[in-house]
Amino acid sequence: MIGIYLIAAFLIALILFLNRNKIIAFILLGIFLILQGTLTVHAWLNFHATELTYFTYDSLAVLLLFTLGIIAVPAFFHSHIYLEDQPAPAQSRAVYYSAIVLLVTAISAGYLSNHIAVIWIFTEITTLSASALIYHHRNKLALEGTWKYVFICAISITFVFIGILFLSLSLEHAGSDDLSFKNLLANSSHLNPFWLRLAFLFIFTGFTAKIGLVPMFTAGVDAKDKAPAPAGALLSSVLMNLGFVGIFRFYIVIANTPLHHWANLVIGISAFLSVFVATVYMIKVKNLKRMMAYSSIEHMGLVMLGVAAGGIGYYAAILHIILHSFVKSGLFFQFTQLYRVYQSKNIYEIGNYFKYNTSGAMVLLLAFISATAMPPSGLFVSEFLIFRSLFEAHQIILMVAVLLLLTMIIWAFGKNIFKILFIPPVNFDESKVPVISPWESASQFALLALAVYLGLNPPAELVNLINESVMLLPK
Amino acid sequence: MIDVLLITFIISLFYIAIANRMMTYLKVLAFQGFLLFVVVFLQLNEINPINLALILLETIVFKSVAVPLFMAYVLKRNAITRESEPFLPNFVSLIIITFIVVVTILLANGVKDTHLDKIFFVVALSSLFTGLYFIATRRKIITHVIGYLIIENGVFVLSLAVGNEMPMLVNLGIMLDIFASVLILGIFLNKIGDVFKDIDVDQLSSLKDR
Repeated sequence: MIGIYLIAAFLIALILFLNRNKIIAFILLGIFLILQGTLTVHAWLNFHATELTYFTYDSLAVLLLFTLGIIAVPAFFHSHIYLEDQPAPAQSRAVYYSAIVLLVTAISAGYLSNHIAVIWIFTEITTLSASALIYHHRNKLALEGTWKYVFICAISITFVFIGILFLSLSLEHAGSDDLSFKNLLANSSHLNPFWLRLAFLFIFTGFTAKIGLVPMFTAGVDAKDKAPAPAGALLSSVLMNLGFVGIFRFYIVIANTPLHHWANLVIGISAFLSVFVATVYMIKVKNLKRMMAYSSIEHMGLVMLGVAAGGIGYYAAILHIILHSFVKSGLFFQFTQLYRVYQSKNIYEIGNYFKYNTSGAMVLLLAFISATAMPPSGLFVSEFLIFRSLFEAHQIILMVAVLLLLTMIIWAFGKNIFKILFIPPVNFDESKVPVISPWESASQFALLALAVYLGLNPPAELVNLINESVMLLPK
Repeated sequence: MIDVLLITFIISLFYIAIANRMMTYLKVLAFQGFLLFVVVFLQLNEINPINLALILLETIVFKSVAVPLFMAYVLKRNAITRESEPFLPNFVSLIIITFIVVVTILLANGVKDTHLDKIFFVVALSSLFTGLYFIATRRKIITHVIGYLIIENGVFVLSLAVGNEMPMLVNLGIMLDIFASVLILGIFLNKIGDVFKDIDVDQLSSLKDR
């Protein structure tokens, strides 16, 4: 199935790239969504099966595939609205559709890979397709964003490659040359610690560009700012999850070696610094889209804190990335409507949103409550569990520091969101405000509601899948 | 023989530290590509001939001819000035790169590993850090690309160290090389020259948080 999926998806992307007819484009996008759904269901039915040697339908992959499948549908829908509203030349439109299909395909294949080099290849493809999306508007700012993103991703991808080379040196000591995660895990007690340390440092640093942690987070922020919001939704949810998968699968290997504590230290430092950086920027940033991007960095920092703390933190981390994907993509989808009303991203020029688009304003309010993890948000549950894991790991000082930073983030986020919702903007011309159908917000309500439901009342299958994903980690 | 070539590679890093003109950088890159060609020929004697031919072709055609020629074309087309305009004097650059090489040698001496020829490790890490240093201290965007290509060459050397056991990794390295270079240079050729007339990083600062 994965073979058929990859070939069909690449073909669809190619035809979309060449095609200039709108109706054919819709049909192809529809076929792709069906294909994506089929792959997800197939993965669920053939749980634990391995196909084409390098792809395994394991629990983490199945969970994230479901997340991706659910987010891809509104992403395509809002992309369509976006491209109708801001007419682009036929060529940019074709490139956009082709790139978004390629991005979703590469992310899916990356989730399923059971071999570190295969994840690496698909991560490269996401850089290519994401850069085409960022460059959609073909202007100077978009070019700057694209250039920074491509350059930093190219360096990070090289870092991951260096890490893989060190890992292969480490593996030679175990007398093996198969770099699949299964084999690495089987040989984990024979890996050479010196090379393994270097490998972890390089692979972790490389994947931080995708997951959005210190030190390589900057490119992602510019990318989410310049990419059209529906594409930004994918970049700040499912693409970040791909970075998480890359780090997490390798972390499972290293957690079964004596370097476990050292790796936790590295991850913990990076995660804390990410939350810190996110706080600093959230306080001063005036561009709404960048603020949302920094909020993603904060959440990824929390996820990695959960991983570093261990125990219940592993479970919480995986729950958190899934719920965060729904909430953050909902927020980005809402941004397209907000931008149509105000034609600006600057918080000074946006305000009194309830007056112009009531349903959108409701989404914004609920998404704010969800993203800052206030009850009844599902993220409240996962964040609570992350803090519990920090408490159980006896990291009280760290926990207090992170809680203080989160308080500042909630303040900064809240200040801006409530300004947008209730305070009238200066010199705003009301006559040009378009009427926005409440139906456009339906998908966002659905995503936010899903996050609440999965957080407060997780189905038994979800809990089992998460527990199975973290099963290989030491208690 | 391989040792001599790799030491020449390190010397080329010193040379690039004190070089001042864009064309000199390109010549050094081409020279490094040629060095890698010979190293591949001598080092990878256990892998199958077709794969070896592919790798040799990549080093000689892509690394030492196509990329430098292409960059020279970009320089000419965008009328980029010949000076590289570093932030720091060349003398300081030389000291810093010497420092980088010394530190990597000390680090390599700490490694007790019979599987790895240490000189590969030294060359790879020194060119990685030299490349990063280069990116951090040069003003023009195109020198960032050159810094990146230096890193790529270093990584390629490291992949050769394990190439006999795992030829797949060398192939992956080549893939990275071609993919990243085409992507980066593609953007360069198409757009950056047209949009940003005088190509300095100072101009790439409109995306910020205020």
